[in-house]
Amino acid sequence: MQVPLSWLKKYVPITLPPRELAHRLTMGGVEVGGIGEIGTSWEPDKVVVGHVLKVDPHPNADRLRLPTVDVGNGEHITVVCGAPNVAAGQKIAFAKEGARLFNTHSGHIEPLRPANIRGFKSVGMVCSVLELGIGDDHTGILVLPDESEIGSPLADILGDVIFETETTPNRPDCLSMLGIAHEVAAHTGQAVTEPDADYPEDDDPIEKQATVEIADPDLCYRYTASLISGVKVGPSPQWLQDALVKAGQRPINNVVDITNYVMLEYNQPLHAFDFGKVKERRIIVRQARKGEELETLDGVKRKLSPPMLVIADASDAIGLAGVMGGANSEVSDGTTTILLESANFDAVNTRRTAAALKLSTGASYRFERSIRAELAPLALRRATKLILDIAGGKAAKGIIDHYPGEKPAPTVHLTRKRIKQVLGTDIPPDKVESVLTSLGFTKKKSSTKNDGLHLEAPYWRSDIAIEDDVVEEIARIIGYDEMPTTTIATSIPHHAPQPMWELKQRTRDLLAAAGMREIVTYSLTSQATIEKAETLEPKPLAMANPMSAQFQYLRTSLRGSMLETLATNWHTSLRDGLRLFEVSRVYMPTKADLPDERETLIGAIAGRRLPLSWLAKELGEVDMGFFDAKGVVQSLLSSLRIEAAFEPSENNALLPGRTASIVCGDHTVGIVGEVHPRILARFDLTETPVTIFEIDLPKLLQSASAASRSYATASRFPESLRDIALVVDSGVPSSNIEAFVSQHKMVQRVTPFDVFTGGDVPTGKKSIAYEIVFQSEKDTLTSEQVGRALEDILRRLQKEFGAELRSQS
Amino acid sequence: MTAEDASSNISDLQSRALTELETLQDARRLEDWRVVYLGRKGKLTQTLRTLGSLPPEQRREAGQAANRAKTTLEEAYDNHLKTLEEASFATSSTKGRLDVTLPGWPVLRGGLHPTTQIVREICNAFASMGFQVVEGPEVESDEYNFEKLNIPKDHPARDMWNTLWVDYTGIQDEHSVLLRTHTSPMQARIMEKMDSKPVRVIVPGKCYRYEATDATHEWHFFQVEGLAVDKGITFADLKGTLYEFARLVFGQNRKVRFRCDYFPFVEPGAEMSIDCFLCDGQGCRVCKKTGWIEVLGAGMVHPKVLEGVGYDPSVYTGFAFGMGMERMAMLKHGIEDIRLFYSNDLRFLKQF
Ligand SMILES: [Zn+2]
Repeated sequence: MQVPLSWLKKYVPITLPPRELAHRLTMGGVEVGGIGEIGTSWEPDKVVVGHVLKVDPHPNADRLRLPTVDVGNGEHITVVCGAPNVAAGQKIAFAKEGARLFNTHSGHIEPLRPANIRGFKSVGMVCSVLELGIGDDHTGILVLPDESEIGSPLADILGDVIFETETTPNRPDCLSMLGIAHEVAAHTGQAVTEPDADYPEDDDPIEKQATVEIADPDLCYRYTASLISGVKVGPSPQWLQDALVKAGQRPINNVVDITNYVMLEYNQPLHAFDFGKVKERRIIVRQARKGEELETLDGVKRKLSPPMLVIADASDAIGLAGVMGGANSEVSDGTTTILLESANFDAVNTRRTAAALKLSTGASYRFERSIRAELAPLALRRATKLILDIAGGKAAKGIIDHYPGEKPAPTVHLTRKRIKQVLGTDIPPDKVESVLTSLGFTKKKSSTKNDGLHLEAPYWRSDIAIEDDVVEEIARIIGYDEMPTTTIATSIPHHAPQPMWELKQRTRDLLAAAGMREIVTYSLTSQATIEKAETLEPKPLAMANPMSAQFQYLRTSLRGSMLETLATNWHTSLRDGLRLFEVSRVYMPTKADLPDERETLIGAIAGRRLPLSWLAKELGEVDMGFFDAKGVVQSLLSSLRIEAAFEPSENNALLPGRTASIVCGDHTVGIVGEVHPRILARFDLTETPVTIFEIDLPKLLQSASAASRSYATASRFPESLRDIALVVDSGVPSSNIEAFVSQHKMVQRVTPFDVFTGGDVPTGKKSIAYEIVFQSEKDTLTSEQVGRALEDILRRLQKEFGAELRSQS
Repeated sequence: MTAEDASSNISDLQSRALTELETLQDARRLEDWRVVYLGRKGKLTQTLRTLGSLPPEQRREAGQAANRAKTTLEEAYDNHLKTLEEASFATSSTKGRLDVTLPGWPVLRGGLHPTTQIVREICNAFASMGFQVVEGPEVESDEYNFEKLNIPKDHPARDMWNTLWVDYTGIQDEHSVLLRTHTSPMQARIMEKMDSKPVRVIVPGKCYRYEATDATHEWHFFQVEGLAVDKGITFADLKGTLYEFARLVFGQNRKVRFRCDYFPFVEPGAEMSIDCFLCDGQGCRVCKKTGWIEVLGAGMVHPKVLEGVGYDPSVYTGFAFGMGMERMAMLKHGIEDIRLFYSNDLRFLKQF
């Protein structure tokens, strides 16, 4: 909300400099997000009040005129003016040579220079609001109140400071000047003066002239109304227009402006009906009929339906309760009798109505926030008084006040013990009382409790419901920074192990140490990405209100976003090799209340194995493939002490023969493989192979928790190494041979170090060379022992795999 | 043979050996020399064996002479070995000079996403104060995301969280499912699980808002939520804990400031700022010339929230807080556009 200090000063003396006041308000919960200053740039001797003495035509231009202005001290200046509304007798804002103003031609603030306009030398200017920097209107000059003193600085009249406040949903009272004034009062120890609301009630009693019926008391808690006849609708006086403009509202006419002004004063929305248009002089507050139509003041015809609440006359809806008036009862220039409404409507129904019609107004915004029904008659009388003062007329005797929703003012019982329990400090009772009094709380007698304070919340506050609400009031007015600072004294609670969190941390660290770079991508994906990556199953959950097609589905695979990330970085990073991973959730639909969120690891490897290096230029030219990715997975699993087998596997997105499932015990925990070129092409990844691995972390966790880490003594005796090269069918998996050889009790480990096809190796066969390490726990093996063991192994390999020895060393 | 003969033999042998030693220039020949003169079958040993024919008196004298010679030769050997080694180090330190300005072997350097890093840093700071990391679901029910946090349906406070709703029709038609707008639903989940026992947890995780993105807003972001509930936990403890956090994460000299703010699930509610470490509180672009930077929202757990999860609010009190991770990382690293985090441009990621 825009809060002009000039307006605030009507209710509370402002004793602090604006910035200090803004700071106190902010610290106390009413955030002043910006401070606007009007007139600080107007030099007191250069921008002054002028009096237009006469207006002559410009000799050379029909559209231009030559007003002569008295600028004080008997100085008269004639300037050129293009505004159509300049007239003799006006008080206007006059800028002398050198005044810093907004130049409408250059778009900058710059000193005003003499100008020759169509042959007339003009020194000075009659200003519009645009040049003064207080509005957008450049079509006419600003006309000042008649009582403005000639030659006085304009800043004295129009200068102001405007607080831009941000209001939290719990404090609708701070959507009003009086609400802010009460805050200021509490922070500065001042008292608030409420506005004058007394007026003569000269006309016949209101009951004889109008009837009001609340047909739905569940949605309308209170309805007050006054009646004024003989009003003259017209433009508002300048002070009222200025106040509204500074508060960010557009002046319309005096009656409407007053309802807006009083709404900003009290936070109570008001509405003026042209009573001449109200059929049978009857107001009925009822739910809309199904399909009932109403043209609202913004000119939109709206179809209504129950339980939307309307204000109706004897036959039709004439207003949308708490939201906006109807065009059929709008106050216009010809209006003479006004029924002024000040009511209290249900918050939820108002909110739903505004949402359904996509029509949020100043009124609906306030009613949604549950304003107090006590405000209705206060604001009604205040607005009635202003209408009489400004638009004339006679007020009916009395007001209508139907109050079916009347309830006692909220009270809260506050104890010293609770203050200490919540804030951690004992605040002296006299301090507590003085703070609460400054906020408008009143002490009441409690029938049940002797200790503590029984408090009634001030009538403008709708956010006080429980004891802790009052504790906050005390803390915020004294200042949170004045509260003590301690550390938690109680002991640290028992902590349950969090194995998944630990596993994710370890996985990330290990992959980063293996040269992989972590990415984090969006959880929502598009139909297009799902189709490109062929991750169609299971069918993902969709957003009910997607922001865009790009972010429509909760992903069930990390593959699409990984390939997209590869594509984004392809050209900047390919020469250095791309090694990326992500640990994020996928969201598997279930029949349960919530989907199954599975922590998932994906890695992708593509491009050059090493950045270009003078030490091994050729390595920098080799593209990575399946075994680079597998190596990373093996290193990860081995660091996690998880034993895994890699079994040939199939996957629609991966290349057959270049895909392995990762198997831990009985579980397949993941997959590693080269992505099918068909899919890569859709992501514009065509230059090098891309290998990915995916691991389901909950499944991996099961294997990890089974893995123990018991210490085994290393053998004291030396190792004996033998190399063999075998020729086997090309379909025989090396891992089977390795496992078979490892079973021998003297074999410590076996490592393939060369794989070869072609040459003298027959078609359909391959040659694999292994280094076998023999070692005993008990003694040093003799070469005869090793020789016998190797022979035995070779014989059995021949039987098991048809393996022929190609060479041996 | 006489004793004189024996000692003259020994002294001849010694001088011959020493003369020969002087000429040796490499370690292999030195070893050969050692074997020849001092080895188990070496000349000195042989000489000693010939002493057996001497009378005992002379034998002892000659034996002593032989042992003296042995010591002398051994010392000479050690010295010569040292000389040779030093000479060889001197040679190798002058051979094959490298252009040390050439780059070394490329060693692959991976790394963690900046969000992961900041989440960790912040969780570690709170872990040092006894908070345990717990995680929860990102797809949530209206009940946990809002209602159990004292945000009923149609409450205007709901406007504070623009929500992405999940289409659950056909699964559970009446069930309101959403992407959590904050990590706060875990407050209720944890307390329900802990069943009126003390709680001290920190909850990192992804959150989502229906929001247009710009340099400071992202619809997909990470929060860290904290919750401490026990008998006797106060607003002063909240201040103390968060003050310590600010010092751990943003530097030991940080000043903090608490102002009143509103979140429906806390009362009193607060917002914490730290003094701007970029301009030392003088006012700059990042702190919008105020000298202060807002870092988190916090407050005492609302009695209605406690009640709703079975904690007696007249016995138990607690505090909660929540903060955005990207904002923390942006402040720490001077990142100006939040959209960089999830665009995953490696030129950005590699800087962390
Ligand atoms: Zn700063």
